[in-house]
Amino acid sequence: MIRTSGPRRGARRTGVDWFLTFMRVAILTLVAVGILAFIWQEIDTDNPFARWANPDATGLTGAQFRGLIISGVAQGCMYGLIALGYSMVYGVLGFINFAHGEVFMVGAMTGMITSNKLADAGLWESNFIGSLIFIVIVSMIVCTLVAVIMERVAYRPLRGSPRLIPLITSIGVSFFIQNASIVLLGPAAKAYPDVPDWVKDKHTFLQIEGSRILVVVVAAVSMGVLWYLVEHTKGGKAMRAVAEDAEIAALMGINVNRTIVKVFAVGGAMAGLAGILWGILFRSVIHTTGFLPGIKAFSAAVVGGIGHLGGAMAGGLSIGVAESVGPLLILEPLGVSGVSQLRDAVAFAVLIGVLLLRPAGIFGERLPAEDRT
Amino acid sequence: MTATLPPETGAVGGPAETPLAPSRPVMAQDWRRLVRMGAVGAVAQIFIALSNMPVRLDERVVVKPVLSLGYLTLLIVPFAAGYRVGHQIKREGMPQYAAGAHEIAGGAACGALAGGGLSLLAVLLANFDLREPLVNWSPMLAELLAFGDATWFAVVVWLLIGAAIGAVGGILRTLGPRSRRAVVTMALAVAGAAVLEPLVVDLAEGMRLEALTDRLYARRGGVNWTSALGLAAASGVLAVLGRGRIRQARNHIASLEGARRSRANFGLILLTGAALIILPLFAGKLTNELLANVGLFVLLALGLNVVVGLAGILDLGYVAFFAVGSYSAAVLTAATSPRINPEMPWLVALIVVVIITGLVGLFIGAPVIRMRGDYLAIVTLGFGEIIRLIFLSDWLSGWFGGSQGITKIPGAGIFGLTSVAGTDPRRVFYLVLAFCAIAIYVSWRLERSRLGRAWMAVREDETVAEAMGINTVNVKLLAFVVGAILGSFSGAIFSAKVGSVFPNSFLILVSIVILVVVIFGGMGSIVGVIAGSAVLIGVLGGPKQPGLLAEFSEFKLLIYGALLIWMMLARPEGLIPSVRRSRELHQEEMAQDAWLRGQVEDDDGSGAQAAPTP
Repeated sequence: MIRTSGPRRGARRTGVDWFLTFMRVAILTLVAVGILAFIWQEIDTDNPFARWANPDATGLTGAQFRGLIISGVAQGCMYGLIALGYSMVYGVLGFINFAHGEVFMVGAMTGMITSNKLADAGLWESNFIGSLIFIVIVSMIVCTLVAVIMERVAYRPLRGSPRLIPLITSIGVSFFIQNASIVLLGPAAKAYPDVPDWVKDKHTFLQIEGSRILVVVVAAVSMGVLWYLVEHTKGGKAMRAVAEDAEIAALMGINVNRTIVKVFAVGGAMAGLAGILWGILFRSVIHTTGFLPGIKAFSAAVVGGIGHLGGAMAGGLSIGVAESVGPLLILEPLGVSGVSQLRDAVAFAVLIGVLLLRPAGIFGERLPAEDRT
Repeated sequence: MTATLPPETGAVGGPAETPLAPSRPVMAQDWRRLVRMGAVGAVAQIFIALSNMPVRLDERVVVKPVLSLGYLTLLIVPFAAGYRVGHQIKREGMPQYAAGAHEIAGGAACGALAGGGLSLLAVLLANFDLREPLVNWSPMLAELLAFGDATWFAVVVWLLIGAAIGAVGGILRTLGPRSRRAVVTMALAVAGAAVLEPLVVDLAEGMRLEALTDRLYARRGGVNWTSALGLAAASGVLAVLGRGRIRQARNHIASLEGARRSRANFGLILLTGAALIILPLFAGKLTNELLANVGLFVLLALGLNVVVGLAGILDLGYVAFFAVGSYSAAVLTAATSPRINPEMPWLVALIVVVIITGLVGLFIGAPVIRMRGDYLAIVTLGFGEIIRLIFLSDWLSGWFGGSQGITKIPGAGIFGLTSVAGTDPRRVFYLVLAFCAIAIYVSWRLERSRLGRAWMAVREDETVAEAMGINTVNVKLLAFVVGAILGSFSGAIFSAKVGSVFPNSFLILVSIVILVVVIFGGMGSIVGVIAGSAVLIGVLGGPKQPGLLAEFSEFKLLIYGALLIWMMLARPEGLIPSVRRSRELHQEEMAQDAWLRGQVEDDDGSGAQAAPTP
């Protein structure tokens, strides 16, 4: 296991290392104290600590807690699907494709346009499942195209240049796509058409919104398909080989360029799918839609261990649940007010915490040796 | 290594120029390449048209009755396509053809294809209504494309215009270097006069030279076509007469050594400084405001330049330090700050601000410093966002005012002599100028110090740097802190200038814009960074600040994004590169070059000029 943070073996412990140790301990203590305070609060709302830290806090009812977990899981599935793209590209090319979040946004936008057109034609209401499949396919195709064009135009010419160069380029691509969306589609938030009641309302038996069940099911199925593709097909084998060592893979007769394009295509398709899921969950999309979920999805990829498919999904779920439960679970009992505003801050804090505590992620990273330095 | 570096760009310089083969026949085009480039051009044209640039920018006239900025945006693509398609890739051992009718015809064909994109768009606009997703799918655009005439007219006219402009691009290929330089100078002179119009008018008013600008510019903006011709002629003559003089002078200065070099540098700096001090006296509010904005971004960019350019740490959350600087200055000086309001004098507050920001730099820097470069980028971005969210949150709104921010911040008082507030842009500019001077001096000294060399060593190879006995962790952390402090200057001035701080002024966007400025100007090069801010922030404008082309405000971020991609692909070392950095980026090419040269000379069998080996 290569550590990306903390001193190398034999290196002198410097002040920075003491500081890092202190930070690690502080993070763990904060989380532990928060959770303990939460539990105490649940047992006895009027305990001395709660009265001192946050007299207004009421704790959560079982149903509220369940609701938070479920919404976290649904969002986490979406993050997981986006994270796959980050993770696979990082595994193969060793750089963060910062613009991947914008591909996701393009997917959500495509879904919005297509579904509104379908709604105009009356198909959206009469045949919801059919239209849904249709917009998923359209959005996956568009996103695949965007991702492949992106690779061709911006990243392929930079292969082999210093690491930060493609990263900076991808920031430019991200910026460009975001603003292209503003100038082409306008800066206002745009709504998806109304969905049928069974998607909107809570399921009678499970007490979960239909949309969330849909999201989880779709994510699970696509994850299964992707897993099969990567682990059991020839193309997937080629991807893994290129991720392991591109040069040797080329010597073995694998077309590295084509494989990289495939990786971008698969990542783009998954992002397109995630875009539609976003549309179903939130029913509104704007040009900045891709930015935060993109960063969170990257965090998810890191949390799960970059280059690891199952890890991306697990990381997505952890980030989703952490940002939905975390503020109320840890921050509120400690007396922080207005915690729901700090959701995004919590998501970033999870990333920072994981990089401090376990930089290789939960499952360990799968990267070629030269990318680990 | 140094010997093989071409003096300017570090770009690939081939072996001795081979004689040109005669021009190719007109029809012997590389059709695939031509069609591909034309198709890309057509897509670009449609994108530009649908982005609403032509319609929005139509109000801004470049040359009085002939050309508006809106139409100019549509002419650039066919020109670029036509010029680009005539580019010959230099291949070792392959003949180079002289440019001639072949290039002109190719350019025309390619330009016509690119223009054809607009023809297609005109037809589509007339027959379909896609207003629903595409907000700019408007009759206005159709009218603009057809020059108010029928659709078929638009179809024909854009094919023709495309072909003509593409041919112009081709013709430019056929010109010799001297006449090409003259043509480019002429075009730049007219474009510059048009872009700088508000600035020139403002300055001329201050200097009582209205007569001049009245002659040059039309009443409602834009250069008069007569004066445009005159300007072009004058600049053309100047370009021909003064060919290479500027470059000669620059090379001369660069070749000076020791005391004479530093004397020349000192003279140049003195001249620039004097100009910058005198100029604002004649300028009105608008120019001074613009200069102050540019100055603020110079400060920020110099700070980021230390982190990104010198130490090679990609900090995407640089805005955090700007935010912390602004907020702490606001809290310390404003009487209206919610929790604590010591109402310190600005200069005293500045010292505290520097200490606070330095500590924040340490605090953010310490956990990220051991991460690998790209993780570090994302995590700093996360910190930048966290800091904004914290300022925005209700949790600390008792301290920082939440989304209401802190308002009524007093201006910056200097020793009780004078107070600088946003209402007087000239004083703000002088304040900014003073801090820029400090920042420039600090960066310049740092670059040549032991620490600066350590930074560059870490940038180039961390492992080797460590082996050389550099404490990489401390060195990188120091880069963070220095960057943070420079950013805090800018933040403190910003809060005094604007008079209020809101969390929304500190979006990640600001970080990215500063990054674009640094990269555009040239990472690690002080002059480059200053030039970058002047060109980008001055002309296009900052995240919220308008530039000279105020009409571009909707599109500037789009252009920044495109610029970032293009710079990375075409010229990663930036506009005015630092010599060391560009050497680093082109190391491989230059090694190949040197090898090739050695090889070629061996083949010739003339060992008279031994190739310099790296």
